[in-house]
Amino acid sequence: MALAFTADQDQFRDSIQRFMTDKMPTTEVRRLMAATRGFDDETWRQVSDQLALPGIHIPEEFGGAGFGAVELSIACEEMGRGLFCGPFFSSAVLSAYALLLTGDEGQLDHWLADLASGTRRGCLAITEHSTLWQEGDINTLAKADSDGQIRLRGNKRFVIDGQTADLFIVAARSESGIGLYLIPDHDPQLGITPLDTMDPTRKMADLHLDDVPAIQLTHQPEHLLQTLLNVACICLANEMVGGAQQLLQSALDYTQLRFQFGRSIASFQAIKHRLADLLLEVELARSAAYQAAQTLAACENLRSLSPSQANKLTEHASLAKAAASETYLQAGLETIQLHGGIGFTWENDTHLWFKRAKSSEVLFGSPAEHRERMLTAIEDAATTTEDAA
Amino acid sequence: MSEHAAIHAEVTQWLSQHWDPDMDLLSWRSLVADSGWGAPNWPSDYYGKDLSPQQTAVVEQAFAEFGAVGAAQSGVRMLAAVTLLAHGSHEQKQKYLRGILTGEDQWCQLFSEPGSGSDLAGATTRADLRGDQWIVNGQKVWNTSAHHAQYGLLLARTNWDAPKHQGLTYFVINMEQPGVEVRQLAQMNGHASFNEVFMTDAVVSREDLVGAEGGGWQCAMTTLANERRSFDRARDVAGRKGRQGKIFADLEAEFAIANEPYTWYPQRAGRVDLVMPRAKETGAINDPATRQDIARLHIMAECAKWTGDRAKAAAKAGKPQGPEGSLGKLAASNVARLASRVHTAISGNDALLTGQTSPMDGLIAEILVSTPAISIAGGTDEIQKNIIAERVLGLPKEPRFDDGPFRDVRRNTQAPSEG
Repeated sequence: MALAFTADQDQFRDSIQRFMTDKMPTTEVRRLMAATRGFDDETWRQVSDQLALPGIHIPEEFGGAGFGAVELSIACEEMGRGLFCGPFFSSAVLSAYALLLTGDEGQLDHWLADLASGTRRGCLAITEHSTLWQEGDINTLAKADSDGQIRLRGNKRFVIDGQTADLFIVAARSESGIGLYLIPDHDPQLGITPLDTMDPTRKMADLHLDDVPAIQLTHQPEHLLQTLLNVACICLANEMVGGAQQLLQSALDYTQLRFQFGRSIASFQAIKHRLADLLLEVELARSAAYQAAQTLAACENLRSLSPSQANKLTEHASLAKAAASETYLQAGLETIQLHGGIGFTWENDTHLWFKRAKSSEVLFGSPAEHRERMLTAIEDAATTTEDAA
Repeated sequence: MSEHAAIHAEVTQWLSQHWDPDMDLLSWRSLVADSGWGAPNWPSDYYGKDLSPQQTAVVEQAFAEFGAVGAAQSGVRMLAAVTLLAHGSHEQKQKYLRGILTGEDQWCQLFSEPGSGSDLAGATTRADLRGDQWIVNGQKVWNTSAHHAQYGLLLARTNWDAPKHQGLTYFVINMEQPGVEVRQLAQMNGHASFNEVFMTDAVVSREDLVGAEGGGWQCAMTTLANERRSFDRARDVAGRKGRQGKIFADLEAEFAIANEPYTWYPQRAGRVDLVMPRAKETGAINDPATRQDIARLHIMAECAKWTGDRAKAAAKAGKPQGPEGSLGKLAASNVARLASRVHTAISGNDALLTGQTSPMDGLIAEILVSTPAISIAGGTDEIQKNIIAERVLGLPKEPRFDDGPFRDVRRNTQAPSEG
């Protein structure tokens, strides 16, 4: 499996890095995180038009650029590094993949192109009580009323960008099982409660669905929620690796500038060894995130995964999520420590990434949950192989 | 016919004329060495054919396909060859290279000392010129295979007034002489893979000084730069086991001796491959806490493997090496340490057993008692972290206290009869 990027991919990464340096300095991050809306329309338009990022992985026939999971994960990594404030993860990653997995031709034509162009901003509402998107956790009901209109009833939690989205994709239960439903716009029956999150750079809301009219997305592929969770974890892992790298860089920069006892504190072994350990952590997590993106890219058809593909995707997605979560948080803790007192101040930027690390650690499931999920996938794969033999 | 196909054909033809599995190993390898096919990347003046690494790979491939045995590869011999080819005199190359290829001569490395491990350039074994001979006094340690060796690669101090790196000189020393005493060094895991070497007025002729007087550090760097690769090659050859003929019997006997120091190395690395089977066997796989530990280990080991894959992929794509290429040793230490903990948790009370009574005929006990070595051997974790911090991350060095004349540098032991 190729774990080196092509020259085109390197160039693509550079262009996002330049954009982030230019448009998303921490002064801008601080401005947006303090705002209720949390993102800037002009910046989002540039991300969509100039860089065409929301459609990077969407097939060309539906208005995207037709690249794959590896390019998408590069975008996620660079956005994580620069702490991008905007609806990329909620719309381009979660909502677009939800549509790709479940929409029929007409639905993809209609909705996916809008997500690819950035003209609509989708959000994905799955979580209710537990974190791992188990089917048994979905209590929101989809029922047709007497006119045949499907209506959704229930509560959804931790919906990323729920307060600013203009398209809602909701997991709900009907007689035919768990499926996804699309709410094409705001509705009086749809209550949206913004959450006070520790990480103000990633806005979230709870949704209260009180018989909201919705469109059923046609396909209900096997492993639907688990595949979506895998995609979410792989993209988030890459985002986290970008953030961890930025923390490491800031620790390296600061410790070299800081002089105590007549020498740069980066010349003390006590500091150097911590930084070497942190580099190792970051590079190991990076390998996991890159490998998981490769595994996702290698699935030709996410709607019909073979059992071995599904197991491998789950194993690598959970592995990457667990590794990147632990590493990102560790990088946050180390970077604060290596800054000393200044690292605990509001003025210093470290806490912006630390808070993203903390929220990413538990989003879509904690490291411990993903370690267990990974191990179960490995055991399932072994059982499947034995059965086949 | 392409150039590579022509080489392949030429080697195959030579083998079909000369190869005879009923020859004894030494006679066969003498033929191979004199033909130039034993070390085709070496200069044609010295048992080689001036071939490129790619062409040499074709020759090795042809040997492998023919099922023929090549030149001797195991142990320190290839390190000696590389160093002599780079720094040795014409006479030294003529004298030593053939015996390296034929396997007649065993070699050992005499670098580390009880007083200089991480700080290798702080060696205090001394060599003093008396007439036409260098007289060597001092003690070396961690010398693999020294008890079988005819020759040693010796780093010794010849100038005490120069700064420490510049006062060292590199020699070939004859191990079979009264002034050299070799003692096997028992390890905490019961193996004795290394030796201590005591030199008391041992003699080295002037002709056996390699490179320049005071240029020993450069020569030692050449040796060390090739250290890991040579062990890989030695293991590759084991694939020919089980073939018929006297030559293969000789070869197996040779491997048995050459590989004896390394039988516990896989256990030293933690044997991650045994974790899942053992956890199923003992039922520990059903314990939620142990499952977390097993998963942590799996993640760490997979990430380490993929990090190595990234380094290889980058090299193959012709990209400059990133940090991923420098982290393998440190990652391996962490993996082994965690693996040892997980094996302990899986084995429960049985982890306190040793020898044949411990699980898997003692293999598990060998893991538990061998993993502490991996973060020391070949450069401690602490030195690795310094290297990563300074060379990869570009952080400033610690202040030094050893850059004046070596005579004035504080150290563990004073050399015998200094000055």
